[in-house]
Amino acid sequence: MLGEKALEFLIRLCGVSAILFVFGIFFFVFREGVGFLFRGLNLREFLFTTEWYPTSQSNVRYGALSLIVGTLSVTTLAMILAVPFGLGAALFVSEFCGKRLREGLKIVIELLAAIPSVVWGFIGISLINPLIQDVFHTPIGLNVLNGAILLALMSVPIMVSIGEDALKAVPDSYREASLALGATHWQTVWRVLLPAAKNGLLAAVLLGVGRAVGETMAVLMATGHAINIPHSPLDPVRTLTATIAAELGEAAEGSDHYQVLFIIGILLFLLTFVVNLTADLVVKGIGKK
Amino acid sequence: MSALFAETALVRKKKRNELIARSIFGIMASSMVIPLLLIIGYLVYRAGGYLSWEFLTTNPTHGMRQGGIWSALLGTIYLVGISLMVSAPIGVLAAVYLNEYAKENWFARIINLAVVNLAGVPSIVHALFGLGAFVLFARMGRSIIAASLTLAIMTLPVIIASTKEALAAVPMSFREACWNVGATRWQTIRRIVLPNSMTGILTGVILQVSRAAGETAPIMFTGAVFFKRLSEGQFFAYNLKDQCMALSMHLYTVTTQVPNAPEELPYAIALVLVGTSFLANTAAIIVRTVLRSRKKW
Repeated sequence: MLGEKALEFLIRLCGVSAILFVFGIFFFVFREGVGFLFRGLNLREFLFTTEWYPTSQSNVRYGALSLIVGTLSVTTLAMILAVPFGLGAALFVSEFCGKRLREGLKIVIELLAAIPSVVWGFIGISLINPLIQDVFHTPIGLNVLNGAILLALMSVPIMVSIGEDALKAVPDSYREASLALGATHWQTVWRVLLPAAKNGLLAAVLLGVGRAVGETMAVLMATGHAINIPHSPLDPVRTLTATIAAELGEAAEGSDHYQVLFIIGILLFLLTFVVNLTADLVVKGIGKK
Repeated sequence: MSALFAETALVRKKKRNELIARSIFGIMASSMVIPLLLIIGYLVYRAGGYLSWEFLTTNPTHGMRQGGIWSALLGTIYLVGISLMVSAPIGVLAAVYLNEYAKENWFARIINLAVVNLAGVPSIVHALFGLGAFVLFARMGRSIIAASLTLAIMTLPVIIASTKEALAAVPMSFREACWNVGATRWQTIRRIVLPNSMTGILTGVILQVSRAAGETAPIMFTGAVFFKRLSEGQFFAYNLKDQCMALSMHLYTVTTQVPNAPEELPYAIALVLVGTSFLANTAAIIVRTVLRSRKKW
């Protein structure tokens, strides 16, 4: 009996472990960056200026605006590419295709999601880079567009699977009622299913955004490492995630530079936390109905 | 008579729109198939004859320009194996808690939210966490153990999600029958619920392996190194306190930091990485299909 009590305690402990880990992540990342966050870092300079010279001898500047804009630009372009394809594919898989084709497409989506991000980055360098050079006649093809194509391909699978769940959650009686009135499939989708599933589809998009914001290796390798505000999709940029990955190795432990990278980590953590929380609340909104 | 059943303009328009919608969505769906085939085909084509048994079992030499990937391959096996040993029990028990013990209240809601958020934390933030918590705070140093623990926490949601799904698929009547003959809650879980959801748990484990094997960012600063020489053909060549090479990191290194590497080399490494995850995912799909066909309820 005692054994069972101990075991149930262990199970409860593992149950709350996810909460502990989320707090732990915030705590330990915060802990490494907190010194500089409150003593030294000019938060206004950090958030609103574009000069990022962390290793300069005479003129050290930690303006992360270019990095923030870098992340936003790559993510935005990726979503412009991915949302229509992701939701369109979700609609096709859920409403327009037969059982066999659906199973096949789901496997494809799963495999697409299984490609490691470093391999995506490599594909960005070896396959998409020359393609962009040829099509747009640019000297180098590592830029916002390249990163966005990769992020789009990486976030489409999550959009399709969450979006399909959302569409599946719409009761069949809705479809039957619409079809019985003589509406076509397309009319049913457009007038009945989309309005009914809009929260779930929004959540699917948000999770795609979260995925794209947090992606590291692919954008590190494919966006071209230039810290500036991009003016066109063919400009190279550097994202928040890529900056941490590129500079953490060189920053001396405990130095200002090192701590600033952890502060960027806190920013990323909060950003994705808000996105995921919103997605969750939006989905739970359906559950209540 | 025939005019009565002839298509009106409205019907024709409906049919046309239906066809257009179907083909547009079909094209969008197939747009996922094409990149997948293209990528695999391209990798296989370029990696060509570079892949061989020798490539897998010899160390990289001459500044990674010659030789194989043995030390990276073994490093990945270590990292994945150890992270699995940590995340599988915690993940399965967490799912047991969520599905069998937790009531439907705000607390369970918060745990579920935490799981979703844990899955959404960027991989590079996991790296910062691993560095702050395991490498520095717990004084593990940059080592296999620190990197594995970081990977374990990162991949925990994968196991929790698929185990939870598997547990939820076990009909309530199974549990009720067991309770009615006097079994305790744990006995029910141990004898009835877990055995009936074994395949689902296995799927989660396989997906965890696939995910952990491909991750780069979380291990970059917690235990992976550019180069490490090992005695070939010896499985226990790494010590847990050592740093190790890893396939994913090796691909990054060779692609971005090694000039004049043989052209096929990064393709071969990428193919091994993709091949590993595809094998794992295919295994997961097969397990799931078998489960579905064997299900008696």
